[in-house]
Amino acid sequence: MRLRVCEGQGEVGHDVNIVVRKVIQDGGLEVGLRLYVLPGRCVALGWCGAVVVVRVVAQRWCSSASPRITTHYSVVPRETDARWADVDMERYEDEADVVVVGGGPAGLSAAIRLMQRAQQEERELRVMVVEKAADIGGHILSGACLEPRALEELFPDWQERGAPLNTPVTKDVFSFLTEKGRLNIPILPGMPMHNHGNYIVRMGHVVRWLGEQAEELGVEVYPGTPASEVLYRSDGSVAGVATGDVGIAKDGSPKDAFARGMELRAKCTVFAEGCHGHLAKQLYTKFNLRENCEPQTYGIGLKELWEVAPENHKPGTIEHTVGWPLDRFTYGGSFLYHLAEDQPLVSLGFVIGLDYTNPYLSPFQEFQRFKTHPSVAAVLRGGTRISYGARALNEGGLQCIPKLTFPGGCLVGCSPGFMNVPKIKGTHNAMKSAMLAADSIFDQLTDEKNAEAEWVEPVSYETTLRDSWVWKELHAVRNVRPSFHSPLGLYGGLLYTGLFYVLGRGKEPWTLKHGVRDAERLKPASEANPIAYPKPDGEVSFDLLSSVALTGTNHDHDQPPHLTLRNDSVPVERNHGIFDGPEGRFCPAGVYEYVPLESGDGVRLQINAQNCIHCKTCDIKCPSQNINWVVPEAGGGPAYDGM
Amino acid sequence: MSLRVLVGVKRVIDYAVKIRVRPDKLGVVTDGVKHSMNPFDEIAIEEAVRLKEKKIAKEVVAVSCGPTQAQETIRTALAMGADRGIHVEIPAKEVEKLEPLHVAKIMAKLVEQEKADLVVLGKQAIDDDSNATAQMTASILDWPQATFASKIEKTDGELQVTREVDGGLETIKVKLPAVVSADLRLNEPRYATLPNIMKAKKKKIAKMKAADLGVDTTSHFEVLEVADPPVREAGIKVEDVDTLITKLKETGRI
Repeated sequence: MRLRVCEGQGEVGHDVNIVVRKVIQDGGLEVGLRLYVLPGRCVALGWCGAVVVVRVVAQRWCSSASPRITTHYSVVPRETDARWADVDMERYEDEADVVVVGGGPAGLSAAIRLMQRAQQEERELRVMVVEKAADIGGHILSGACLEPRALEELFPDWQERGAPLNTPVTKDVFSFLTEKGRLNIPILPGMPMHNHGNYIVRMGHVVRWLGEQAEELGVEVYPGTPASEVLYRSDGSVAGVATGDVGIAKDGSPKDAFARGMELRAKCTVFAEGCHGHLAKQLYTKFNLRENCEPQTYGIGLKELWEVAPENHKPGTIEHTVGWPLDRFTYGGSFLYHLAEDQPLVSLGFVIGLDYTNPYLSPFQEFQRFKTHPSVAAVLRGGTRISYGARALNEGGLQCIPKLTFPGGCLVGCSPGFMNVPKIKGTHNAMKSAMLAADSIFDQLTDEKNAEAEWVEPVSYETTLRDSWVWKELHAVRNVRPSFHSPLGLYGGLLYTGLFYVLGRGKEPWTLKHGVRDAERLKPASEANPIAYPKPDGEVSFDLLSSVALTGTNHDHDQPPHLTLRNDSVPVERNHGIFDGPEGRFCPAGVYEYVPLESGDGVRLQINAQNCIHCKTCDIKCPSQNINWVVPEAGGGPAYDGM
Repeated sequence: MSLRVLVGVKRVIDYAVKIRVRPDKLGVVTDGVKHSMNPFDEIAIEEAVRLKEKKIAKEVVAVSCGPTQAQETIRTALAMGADRGIHVEIPAKEVEKLEPLHVAKIMAKLVEQEKADLVVLGKQAIDDDSNATAQMTASILDWPQATFASKIEKTDGELQVTREVDGGLETIKVKLPAVVSADLRLNEPRYATLPNIMKAKKKKIAKMKAADLGVDTTSHFEVLEVADPPVREAGIKVEDVDTLITKLKETGRI
């Protein structure tokens, strides 16, 4: 039997029709095959018991007029690129027992727990943590009010060890804002925002401290090391990760300084990338981890650190607001925490649910506008803004938790997403999930049955998680966030929370659904009203670019933009054509700009990749789901200090 | 001829970070702020490692005068190819008072101790912009200096160095031993890749204090004030040339 494959044409990420001619002696049989095209890779499909392997040999662009924006090798494969023909693509390999991707609260807690178990049971263990930020804590951004529950379990002696939990909460305020007014709503014990026993922290400093504890325990921590690729064995299990290549020019060609990343192989790989991790995205598809859960829903959180005048400083005070400047159909609110540190610091910010419908909404501008409210400006006036940043956060809760384990690895922390939305806290759950995963991994690794195994899957992690306080907590609040989707909007949500959470403790037998994905919620620009935001006053509100400068973000300019587009013509045709370019408004760092063409008619998308602060909002909210955020070259991104 | 090269690397605030003046107005905030190796020092290390690869140098020693965290900077130099490091520990509070003259004296002492044949430094540090250490080191050692180097070639016991000067490029020959300071276009530094970072962990870093080298780090001057540059005022648009001339006369410009 001979097989002759004829050429087919298609687009990356879509099905392509290929005709395969099966020649049987003197006859012939034509069969059409539908194959899924992946960038530059062989696709296999079973057919009549035989496996047909098709190699994508060339990638042709849809039309010669389409702009060339994306040069990253994840979209333009190097296997078919003539400029890479003579480059040595060999990678160094190293092996550990466990590799953890992500040096945040979850990743470090997992590593720490593994080494604690190893010490207790006197076993040797090699644990590596890879983190894309140049310094541990450099990409961490959180409110934050920390519930120390998980930390107490990890380090009962955290106080002696000097964990930077310096500000116990002494006062809790919840208010409803109108344009000029403020209505305080009394907080009773049992309400989600009752914070007695919690601490206001600078999460970046807590993570830095966790990093030091991890290194003391013998964990190998590698900052400035992004994980760019998941490695698989021939049996489909996860073998580890490969760190990013360096030295690729903006046009996608190799520079003299090109150096391949390194392969870090392990029996178990823990993915702790935080909200909407880029490798986790691939794992969901590869192992079908989301078939029994709803698509995740998100919010974007913007935050600033202010040094305020001492008379405006009330250390230990927590303030939350809902209402102005958002309308009742846009989920969101603010936080303002007074820290007790060396200087009179206030951490304040604004969270907006990414299920908002108006393409003209700018989360950054809403945040700046919020600060002009008389009660807020009063705190800030006379002070200095010392930091700014933003990050997406997960809001889906219980309904959106995927399957957490797969052969050779598992997901922990905000990556699968365990945030308690009404409490506005996720770190304690993230850490606990990581600790449970670590226990399960350690048990598997030390089980005699697995002595010769190439990989382990920490299956008991899902069970122990479901039996833990994390699950109880998330179950109790599961209906709060979806309750905001009724026609009553904010009021419906507050009513529901009051009735069913505060009074009923979440025991109602039903579970509400979130419904449509965030990316599909935007109304076309023609059906929406532009919002006239006030100009920054330079005192409490500021412009975008001076804010971005405060993040300390930087990327080497001569590299392919890491905000990759699946299709370079979609932004102008669809995002701009239908939605008036919402990415120019929801990006908190000014990465996306629609600039007029030199020829005068029309616009083109300009991607200022250097500004990116790694918040992941664009990947989440792009209405065409055309933006795929991948990890940039080593060490790039914001330089947050204690954010 | 195989040279032993001493390279100075300084830990400075990362160039992309927004600097803030300290409340006491005597310096800038450094606590918790992202630091990295001075970009010109990266170029210096790269050049020394290239000399080693061309077999002109036999050993590259990275030296840093700074606080405890300066060890991370030395580790980066080791990951780029330096063979060993020397950390001259300066207490955190005194770091910002350390002057080029102190560093030059330290470097001169280390040259004696290590029997170095070539000193390569970055032309200036991006925090103080002094552009003095290389010149002072050469003077103390009574060695020839080739500063703002954009190209280095070796010719029989001598170095032919192309310098970037105001008028263009100047090529000079200096006898070895010598002090060279690296300018921007000398080379493009390599990345410190993970396998090299892992290997660098095994390389040695010797620790010492300035006093061990007999160098006195007392300050020669006192900082009176550090302030932000004045905020740029908005400009105005004028209707025509006459108005422009009037405005210029008003402000005393013409």
